[in-house]
Amino acid sequence: MTEVVATSQTIVVVGGGISGMTAALEAAECGRQVLLIEKTPTLGGRTALLYRYFPKLCHPTCGLEINLRRIKASRNLRVLTLAEVTKITGTRGDYSVTLKRSPRYVNENCTACGACGEAVEAAIDNPYNYGLSKMKAAYLPHAMAYPQRYVLDPSIVGTPEGAKAKAACKYGAIDLDMKQETLEIKAGAVIWATGWQPYDAAKIQPYGYDRYPNVITSVEFERLADPHGPTGGKIARPSDGKEAKNIAFIQCAGSRDENHLRHCSRICCMASLKQTQYLREAYGEAAKSTVYYIDIRAIDRFEDFYKKVLGDPGVRFVKSKPARIAEELQTRDPVVHGVDTEGYHRYATRHDLVVLAVGMEPSVKGADVPHEIVADSSGFIESAASGGFFAAGCASNALDVNRSVQSATAGALRAIQVVRKSDRVEA
Amino acid sequence: MAEPKFAAYLCKGCGIGERIDAARTAKIAEKEGKIALVRQHEFLCSAEGVALIGSDIEQQGVTHVAIAACSRRSKTEAFQFPNVALARANLREGVIWVRPDTEEARETTQEMADDYVRMACAELKKMKLPAGSPERGCSKRILVVGGGISGLTAAVEARKTGYEVVLVEKQAQLGGWAAKLWKRVPEREPHAAPVDTGIQALIDAVTEDAGVKVYTNATLAQTSGAPGRFNATIAVESGSTAIEEIGAIVQATGFSLYDMNRLPELGAGKSPNVVDQAGLESLAREAAAKGLPIRRPSDGGEVNSVVFVQCAGQRDDTGRHLPYCSGYCCNTSIKQAMYFKDANPAVDTVVIYTDLRVPGNGEDFYRSAQKKGVTFTKGRVTGVEPSGDACKVSFRDLILDEDAAIEAADLVVLATGQVANAGVDIDNPDATDANGAKPISILNLNYRQGKDLPKLSHGFADSHFICFPYETRRTGIYAAGPVRRPMDIAQAKEDATGAVLKAIQAAENAELGRAAHPRSGDLSFPMVRLDGCTQCKRCTVECPFGAIDEDEKTYPVFNESRCRRCGTCMGACPVRVISFENYSVDTVGAQIKAVDIPDEFSEKPRILVLACENDAYPALDMAGMQRNHYSAFVRVIPVRCLGSVNSIWITDALNGGYDGVMLMGCKHGDDYQCHFVTGSALAKERMSRIDETLKTMALETERVATYEVAITDIGRLPKLIEDYARLIEKIGMSPMKGFA
Repeated sequence: MTEVVATSQTIVVVGGGISGMTAALEAAECGRQVLLIEKTPTLGGRTALLYRYFPKLCHPTCGLEINLRRIKASRNLRVLTLAEVTKITGTRGDYSVTLKRSPRYVNENCTACGACGEAVEAAIDNPYNYGLSKMKAAYLPHAMAYPQRYVLDPSIVGTPEGAKAKAACKYGAIDLDMKQETLEIKAGAVIWATGWQPYDAAKIQPYGYDRYPNVITSVEFERLADPHGPTGGKIARPSDGKEAKNIAFIQCAGSRDENHLRHCSRICCMASLKQTQYLREAYGEAAKSTVYYIDIRAIDRFEDFYKKVLGDPGVRFVKSKPARIAEELQTRDPVVHGVDTEGYHRYATRHDLVVLAVGMEPSVKGADVPHEIVADSSGFIESAASGGFFAAGCASNALDVNRSVQSATAGALRAIQVVRKSDRVEA
Repeated sequence: MAEPKFAAYLCKGCGIGERIDAARTAKIAEKEGKIALVRQHEFLCSAEGVALIGSDIEQQGVTHVAIAACSRRSKTEAFQFPNVALARANLREGVIWVRPDTEEARETTQEMADDYVRMACAELKKMKLPAGSPERGCSKRILVVGGGISGLTAAVEARKTGYEVVLVEKQAQLGGWAAKLWKRVPEREPHAAPVDTGIQALIDAVTEDAGVKVYTNATLAQTSGAPGRFNATIAVESGSTAIEEIGAIVQATGFSLYDMNRLPELGAGKSPNVVDQAGLESLAREAAAKGLPIRRPSDGGEVNSVVFVQCAGQRDDTGRHLPYCSGYCCNTSIKQAMYFKDANPAVDTVVIYTDLRVPGNGEDFYRSAQKKGVTFTKGRVTGVEPSGDACKVSFRDLILDEDAAIEAADLVVLATGQVANAGVDIDNPDATDANGAKPISILNLNYRQGKDLPKLSHGFADSHFICFPYETRRTGIYAAGPVRRPMDIAQAKEDATGAVLKAIQAAENAELGRAAHPRSGDLSFPMVRLDGCTQCKRCTVECPFGAIDEDEKTYPVFNESRCRRCGTCMGACPVRVISFENYSVDTVGAQIKAVDIPDEFSEKPRILVLACENDAYPALDMAGMQRNHYSAFVRVIPVRCLGSVNSIWITDALNGGYDGVMLMGCKHGDDYQCHFVTGSALAKERMSRIDETLKTMALETERVATYEVAITDIGRLPKLIEDYARLIEKIGMSPMKGFA
């Protein structure tokens, strides 16, 4: 049974991505007691699945390492993974939070030695590669996973595969009898940092994401470029593994569209500009990127990066929202159809691969947050009447990493203001 | 302090026991490491194993613990013992996982493990438990510089958190730019129409609160000290000064508008009917005060047609204007177009833009403007010429790809950008800002390294780090609002709130003698033995954080609360008088010397790897986790930053018979990834000078190599090591063996 000590001075942070980690750490490093709740088996969230950041082209795992080190060193911060918040009642300074904790089937004895992973043969889709590859059903999510502890997929529990995992472990770390638990904890303030998810590209019917293997999303493309991704960093197309050197990047795939997401997702222009440079890095002169866009939103010093990409002879910009994508039967090459609004030319352009710059929507939409909150029509959280519940990062708005961290830092201060007051009341 | 007592624990779990002869390694810890208490354990990180260490600490008074098991990055929480000095020998990720499990590899793998244990024991002997910086200023007051919306937000948020505030504003009135606006862009749904700025409520909250001491018409004549004990000398208009004790600082000094008079080609200065966005706001306020529609400035005539010129003097590639995008101006022009449309839908409003940039819910605001009949034209304005009381706006229509013009605009609004009020450029104090003005210092820091915050690009005092926007090179001083980056009101308020948290944290840390990010909570601090100092000033010049001043004899004066514990000063010091209690020339030097160096004929070279603990070391660890093998001849020592590497380590290693030294640090240059800003670049520079030393030692220059490494180089690093080991094999064993 999980034991959690939490009081009305505790700040509960929901979501272990970069926003949640930041909010939790900043509050803990101000001397506050923090409980960080994460739904999946590891911290790191979506940024851990990016190859590089714009505009510096540095690696997100570099900052993750620092944050994990801060977490390991903090005496004020406790992390609960595989935990979901199902209910929050109460008010500012006095909340009751109900958690559902899913079994990991691996206890704290685990040393991450990997013996269970070697023993098990069953494989599952690897969610850390957006299902583009398989992984063993006894797994460490990724190299930077924290806690550094294996996970057993529930599908093998109660099967001979589960028994194999248990038999392989010398440290008594596999516990096939773990059950889902419900916990109720107290909290003074809650920071909701559940982040974003890519808009379901299959809903953009004319683009054929569900029909054409060589139409993928921008988040999947990150995994293709990553040396630790499904292709070992080779930018290859899914249909035949052929090197994809001529790539279409389609902006506003779902965003700025009343039929899909009303808002602009802010990050996608810069993400695509960045991804053109992955292609450049991989294939040099042979790389051909075409960016189909409505407006390129490269705000503040990001403009410098846009100018750099504009100067890249391998990158072409077409002001157009493509009408549809077709597929050439023989080659399975995607063909992008539309009208170039600068001069009104029709085009039908063949590419090796199409990358849809999919929009950002809140992972937990406003209506699904288990607390009374005010959300906008996209589901981003604006406020809560109870007064001690705050949104941070992409749960609050479509933000880039830098702005998410600012938002999370601000959220931490707001939460401290609440628990500080309950401090005084109880003192 | 009690007599130090040393203990070493050797874990045999995770295959260590099968791959190495633990009894032999344990004996090495005892005999060579001179550790009195050495224990072996099958599963050291288990509750029982950890309890065993705990009981030795409690019962036997152990003060120094060496753990030979997995990497220091693994089981970190299990092996955390308060008030005990700890060294870790990485036998798992660093030895058995990077070596093949074969009979012929057995001997070299064992030697690797033995050496890591020797190194951990040697390090431990030199380690002291850090006690926290002695410099513990205890002021918790927050100084907010700037009384605009960012500064006022910072003040109010600090007060809500229970901290006192001193606010300094240059102008006579609080409110800044926000007070000059008629209305602002909405922050919440429905994003349909301009809303009240809310500035008056903030001004009232600050002026009515006795916990905020407000100085208007005031500037900072000098800022001295460090977090927890800053002294701010505030000069007020009367000529008198006041001194305030301060814990930490939020610099919210905002922006100046790019001077429209630099844009005569867009009609600025040629007609009173060409205004910038601020000009339009004051027209709107005047009109609203009179209850009348906005009139044409030249003759008070009716306004029937307004043209908004986006990116006026922005996103410029001629080098004459601002190269960047200010981000807020598209929404502002939309808002201003609505001033007209909401009052009178018959007024023609045209926004001429190249890329309309309204991220997030700005899209709804944009839609609302379209519904209200605002016209958006993708084009590039080529000229604005007054003709009578109207203006002709010529532009290239980018959709029709032809030249076009609006013949008679009653008002032309230029969307000029934000220029940061960030003080002087410390690297180039005589440089002018984008408006051609010579900036005056804002903070007037009396620091050795300049008067203001270092700037990132285009004159803004932003952080270089995407994951850490509040990283600052002047500890305890945080930029907030448009001084950091061009931004709108909503972002400025959020930024100011975050900056206050960091300021509070800095003041609290200072009181406890702890480091700020990225070594948050570190209690070690640099100590200098002044009697050996030669006043060479390298430490004061090279400190990336401006933590070290000089006294009148140019001896270094350390301000520990400004220090970030990277050790760049330690790396810089030619006479090695700077050290940390648990990280010093000796702790690393002793590890280097502890390695057993086989003789020249053994065919077993030794390669020292000094690896940045933030990126290179984790990458090596993860290479191990993926069982990527590399040479058994390397001995890896993690360092806080490559900037902390003192060249004595290199010369000691080479004199001691090492065959090569690899330095692995973060990327430097414009897009540097060094967590301590200049550490890796300094290391590169210092190592370029080591060639001379190598020549005097009659050694090949290849024997010292510096690499830029990223944390993702899990596959590349083992290859680099293998390649280097082959290179060493080619140039041959060092002739220095056996002389040390």
